[in-house]
Amino acid sequence: MKERYISAKSMGLVSCHECHLLSRWPEISGSKIVYCPRCGSELHQRKPNSLTRTWALLLAAMIFYVPANLLPMTVTAAVGTVQADTIMSGVIYFLHHGSWEIGIVIFIASIFVPFMKFMILIYLLLSVQFKSIKQPKNRIRLYQLTEAVGRWSMLDVYVVTILIALVKLGVLAEITAGPAVIHFALVVVLTMLAAMSFDPRLIWDVVEEENHE
Amino acid sequence: MHKIACHECDLVHDIPPMPARSAACCVRCGSVLFRAKKNSIDRTLAWTFAGLVLYIVAVTYPFLGMKSGPINQQTSLLSGVEQLFNQGIYSLATLVLLTCVLLPLIELLILLFVFIPLKFNLRNKLSIPAFRLLGQIEPWSMMEIYMLGILVSIVKLAKMATIVPGLAVIAFGLLIFVLAFALSAVDHHMVWERLERES
Ligand SMILES: [Zn+2]
Ligand SMILES: [Zn+2]
Repeated sequence: MKERYISAKSMGLVSCHECHLLSRWPEISGSKIVYCPRCGSELHQRKPNSLTRTWALLLAAMIFYVPANLLPMTVTAAVGTVQADTIMSGVIYFLHHGSWEIGIVIFIASIFVPFMKFMILIYLLLSVQFKSIKQPKNRIRLYQLTEAVGRWSMLDVYVVTILIALVKLGVLAEITAGPAVIHFALVVVLTMLAAMSFDPRLIWDVVEEENHE
Repeated sequence: MHKIACHECDLVHDIPPMPARSAACCVRCGSVLFRAKKNSIDRTLAWTFAGLVLYIVAVTYPFLGMKSGPINQQTSLLSGVEQLFNQGIYSLATLVLLTCVLLPLIELLILLFVFIPLKFNLRNKLSIPAFRLLGQIEPWSMMEIYMLGILVSIVKLAKMATIVPGLAVIAFGLLIFVLAFALSAVDHHMVWERLERES
């Protein structure tokens, strides 16, 4: 499987990430910023500081994931009783009250997807840092998967928004957003930014280097 | 013939002129490099206009109603955001407002702003930054997730009250598809080539 594929970078070219125009990368660019001749956005052969940035955003997301799961998402006050619900207690409520499908949807979107995204991004980062050449194609698929599903974790944030909009008169009950909601939204935003700052082309740079030796 | 580099693996490809409704895939990693579309400008504009009509319905008509005994309550698309503001959670209110209300509107407006001049061969200096912005906001527009949130909330409140979906919810649900059709009708390569020639 020693095919000789040549990337734009090793041909001295650069592909614009906004408009995909392929242009020549100036030999001595130094610290000067190079702009796309077509759309004017900043050009980079690889996303700048991709690994460090991805690690930083990912670690921040993992830290916020803890309070997001432990603190209450909603606080429901109904005739004399006050009840605080975390994500997990919401899932368990659905499992016990007959709508287990909804329980599973929330579990997947809120708990499983962010966790899976952490694991995949850590694996991708380590695989590039340790110069792995195994299964680059499957790693690209994993990367595309994290990009595609990450946003669905916003589900529970929206559910809380809709619930407090509907149950607002305070006659039957009053629902207020708990402190977990903001942490949870941060987890989703930070993991999305982490996936965006990872550069999948780094996976192939390692493979190409290996083939040239 | 034009050259293009795969954005997932940076491999350079020569793309021959392609028939409409075909796609080119990267020979190394299999990602889609490029899709050729048919009647791209007309289809994009048609879906965008339909989207704007649905958008207006979605923000002005009643969204969800809740009936529980004597209490009958109406909400609009913006009620949730309003409540978050009232509870003092401004960052979250802004996030929901952006991802579910404002960004979809901005997407529709950018499509009009870029495609009407293209349709009538007019020059628009701001088309390039506007079209770049469209690509940047796409991942943050999350109407379809909000719609799933509505379904979950209806099930959650089913024991407490009857939820009556309003006209706005239906418009909102349709808008998700219409906006997706509008965006998928966009032929990015053609748009950039034309903007480059005209600038
Ligand atoms: Zn460009
Ligand atoms: Zn590729």
